[in-house]
This record gives sequence, C-alpha cells and structure tokens, in this order.
Amino acid sequence: MAAEEFEAEYHVTGRDYANAGRVSTNIKDILKHLGIDPALMRRVAIASYEAEMNLVMYATRGKMRLVVNPGAVTIFVEDEGPGIENIALAMEEGYSTATPEMREMGFGAGMGLPNIKRNADDFEISSVVGRGTRLYIRVNQAE
Amino acid sequence: MPTTHVKRQTITLARIRELLSAEVFCGNDLSAKVEEVGAADLMSDVLALSKPGMLLLTGLVSMQVIRTAMVADLCGVVFVRGKKPAGEIIALAREANLPVLGTSLTLFESAGRLYGVISGR
Repeated sequence: MAAEEFEAEYHVTGRDYANAGRVSTNIKDILKHLGIDPALMRRVAIASYEAEMNLVMYATRGKMRLVVNPGAVTIFVEDEGPGIENIALAMEEGYSTATPEMREMGFGAGMGLPNIKRNADDFEISSVVGRGTRLYIRVNQAE
Repeated sequence: MPTTHVKRQTITLARIRELLSAEVFCGNDLSAKVEEVGAADLMSDVLALSKPGMLLLTGLVSMQVIRTAMVADLCGVVFVRGKKPAGEIIALAREANLPVLGTSLTLFESAGRLYGVISGR
C-alpha cells in the first residue's frame, strides 16, 4: 500500500497534560488523509500516543517528527529531560517511575515503552541521563 | 486494572444506553453496532488490549480517555459511577464524533449488565 511522501514536525511541552495526545491524534488524521491502511494507522497512532505521553510526563520539552514514505511510517521522538538510567528495566512491563498525578490520567503503569515496541516493526531507544531520550519508531507498509 | 473482552451478540449504543440507564453527553446517532466491550481505568491497557470498534467502560474521566478512544478507534465511551466530564472533554469528543455516555452504575454492575446481554446469559 503506497502512500505519498509526507513530513511534519511537532513541538511538545512537558507537563502540558491538557494537550497531551494532540500530536498523535493529528498524526492519525494525516495518515487517514494519506490513505494509510487503518490497521497500520492504528499501530502508529498507539505507539505515537504512548511516546507523546512519556514526553509530556517526564521531559521538559521535545520534538516529534513524522515521516511517511511508500515503505514505512516513521516517528522520531527527541526530548530534553531526565533521560532513562536503565533502559532494559524501563522496557520491562510494569516497571515505572510515575507519580500519582501521572497514574491518575490512566498512564504511568510501566506499559508505555513495551506498548510502543509491540506496535513497531522497528524500535530503537537511546538515552543520556540528565540530557534526554530519543526514540525511533518504524511501522512498515505492505508492498 | 483488569480488562474484560467479550464478543458475542452485537447490540446498538441506543440499547446500551437503555441497559445502563445512561445519559448521553454527546453523540446524536446511537445506531452504531457494538461488537466488543471492555472495562478499564488504565489507558495503557486499553491501548494494548482493545480492538477497533470496542466500547470502553471507564471510571477515569480525563481528556486522555477521549484521546485514547480516538487513537485506538473505539466506538464510544461510557463514564461510570456518575462521573461528569468537564465541558472541554465533551467538546473534544464531539469534535471527534465520538459518542460519550454516563451512568450512575458502578463499573462492575455496568460490565455485568452488558456481558449478560451480549453473551445471552
């Protein structure tokens, strides 16, 4: 399923809970517009939303970039924040450093990163403590 | 928070409104057929376990519930335990064309009633 090329970049502000998820619903609208397969679109949107929530909950600020090409839909996330000390631990389901405030929103249960990985065909994470975290999320389009 | 999934008979949102004595916060058309119902307060569980078209019963009231429903292609949301969503939550749902109902019943009672009908028990 080929789609046209498309790129967009978004700025996300930490602790801005009222708008948290706005970028991901916007990305989903764009993918719908581009005629992306609904199942693929849903996987991208879910991964993107979890990444956006992580950014809002933990980072000071960050950027999310959407790149669509005929082969794949890719989301790049780069934040300025505390970073992740132990990535292997953060990837474990149920491991979380969330505050009660985050849990009250229905997030922060240690499911975010595993959910992103589950929905991605390709997922990379790197982090520098005290600097920030980067994610690469790729969902392949069928030929 | 446990999530339940059932898939038996399909019923309309209008019928669900009756079964739960629910009020309609937004959604003019309740003729949509519901094939699947899930109950959860943890949105990450909804994102991980829901199927497209699922109706979500939840005791959590926030903008994130509506955005979760939008992202996961849910067919609607029912707020339980008599919780009243703020105006901005309804406005977002309306914009997304997402039906939102509210019932004074508990999550357990709501899920039980719908399970009873959908599973034919």
